[in-house]
Amino acid sequence: MKKLITGIIAIITIVIILFGIQRYLAMKTGTGESSDKVLNLYNWGDYIDPDLLTKFTKETGYKVSYETFDSNEAMYTKIKQGGTSYDLTIPSDYMIQKMKSENLLLPLDHSRLTGLSNYDSRFMNQSFDKNNKYSLPYFWGTLGIIYNDKYVKANQVQHWDDLWSPQFKNQIMLIDSARDALGIALITQNKSVNDKSEADLAAAQAKLTALMPNVKAVIADEIKMYMAQNEAAIAVTYSGEASEALSNNSHLHYVVPTEGSNLWFDNIVMPKTAKHKDAAYAFINFMSNPENAAQNAKYIGYATPNKKALSFLPKDIRNDKQFYPDERTVSHLQVYDNLGQKWTEKYNDAFLEFKMTQR
Amino acid sequence: MMTKSKRQRQLFYLIPYSIWLILFVVAPLILLLFQSLTTPNGHFTLKNYATYFGSGTYLRMTFNSVWYSFLITAITLVISYPMAYLLNQLKQKQFWLLLIILPTWINLLLKTYAFIGLLSKSGTVNNFIGLFGIVPQQLLFSDWSFLLVAAYIEIPFMILPIFNSLAEINPRLEQASRDLGANKWQTLKRIILPLSMPGVKAGIQAVFIPSLSLFMITRLIGGNRVITLGTAIEEHFLVTQNWQLGSTIGVILIVAMVITMILTRDRIRRTGRKRGTLHE
Repeated sequence: MKKLITGIIAIITIVIILFGIQRYLAMKTGTGESSDKVLNLYNWGDYIDPDLLTKFTKETGYKVSYETFDSNEAMYTKIKQGGTSYDLTIPSDYMIQKMKSENLLLPLDHSRLTGLSNYDSRFMNQSFDKNNKYSLPYFWGTLGIIYNDKYVKANQVQHWDDLWSPQFKNQIMLIDSARDALGIALITQNKSVNDKSEADLAAAQAKLTALMPNVKAVIADEIKMYMAQNEAAIAVTYSGEASEALSNNSHLHYVVPTEGSNLWFDNIVMPKTAKHKDAAYAFINFMSNPENAAQNAKYIGYATPNKKALSFLPKDIRNDKQFYPDERTVSHLQVYDNLGQKWTEKYNDAFLEFKMTQR
Repeated sequence: MMTKSKRQRQLFYLIPYSIWLILFVVAPLILLLFQSLTTPNGHFTLKNYATYFGSGTYLRMTFNSVWYSFLITAITLVISYPMAYLLNQLKQKQFWLLLIILPTWINLLLKTYAFIGLLSKSGTVNNFIGLFGIVPQQLLFSDWSFLLVAAYIEIPFMILPIFNSLAEINPRLEQASRDLGANKWQTLKRIILPLSMPGVKAGIQAVFIPSLSLFMITRLIGGNRVITLGTAIEEHFLVTQNWQLGSTIGVILIVAMVITMILTRDRIRRTGRKRGTLHE
């Protein structure tokens, strides 16, 4: 018994000491919430160059407390439930529309934004946030095809319809997302990716089901790792994932079909939980600075919506047609609208049925 | 006086456990059931259950879940019983047992990723068979790879209870059986097997129930070619945000688990006795 009590006391003492050390370290690095000169940034994991955070603190004096999420829905749930004090977060297009309609966002005071003119007008004033009342673009990208030139020639996969070719039997890895997979089928049938018609959706599902013999797997973030390991010849995924896969395997290439695809945005917004608005505006302006935007784009590998930042990027990045497609392709890209509960479920049910089809 | 204060003390000791039970077991179950019986606006409805039972997709998915869990359980049982029996004969059995338990200390996701390294096209297995001139095979994203990885992960939970129940059998019973003229096979069939049944049942419970709701491995190793109820629950909670339907599927999963528990429970008259009694 005595031994047991000594043991328990020892464990408790160690835990208290560790807790103390952790608090001390947190205070030192500025994640403690006591100070007022602080910015609570809620962002995707590894979605900013850490050097920029240091630079921001040096320039403005605001310490950045950086917390991360791994899906729009996780972020939405946390902000909606309250109890947090995030000053800025970076959701994707359809989620901004959803948060806006539920009054979870604060409008941006444009008179306090210094870098508005730096942005490319093509990526402003989107359907999910007219006149950029609530958000400014952080990164943009596309949905496209990665192929491995060891197994596939470039001219074999330039369009979505090429994926249905019988020569790719059991070769394709498809992104595990209802809207993206059905979106492709809709585009090949000249329909909008935001289509809300039972007949069109059924036709898209039938078309997708016809793709099943070619589908090797329906997976998510793992695609980039598998493609880098030469596991499959072709994959359908986002440009951001593609850029990571490409940097790990020189045989990989990325194509955005000219007939159209999804154009996605991650925009910076101020949730209604924001407490340090001065810090938030300082950060938005800091990231609008072309030099900083360029540095971030170079580090993350996604496409920057900051037009003036392009001149700060190396030539081989800004002229890379894979990630900065030409004008004609960009004009065919479509942004996802929030479909609403009913249609979100219809899309997901259709996709689930597609996944259940046997080869 | 003594008995009263003793009972009070016992009640006092029960408090932490009951708080735990209420907060983390009973309350979530009630919330789940409540969610599954309401509309998003909080009105009572049976619509979620109607959706579930009216949909061929969900019923097929349920069948899939049960079928794959059955396969995983069968595979682990066939491997585990002889293994546990053998372990019991060894001299350093605790040491060998430790080796079997060791992998459970490693995170599930890490083990799964390790299998990706083994089974991928440029992985260890394909490199090895390449030595004999066999072209790389597609191993990942198949039923077999899914069953292999799931069985690998679940096997310690099957071996452990069987091993324990075998270790509890009084060795004299085996000697007595042989003295009375039973051969090895008869001893196994009439003495060892019946006496180790509680362990087998506990093992089946420990493997079948978690297997019903596997979902990470179905995507990572199965490439979503294997779809179970876990996939649907994840989707309803994270993507469509239809927590009501997600809860409904959760309730159905819990019912399936309870049925498994009832089917594999120990009969009361056996648990009351000490080891070694043989009367039926």
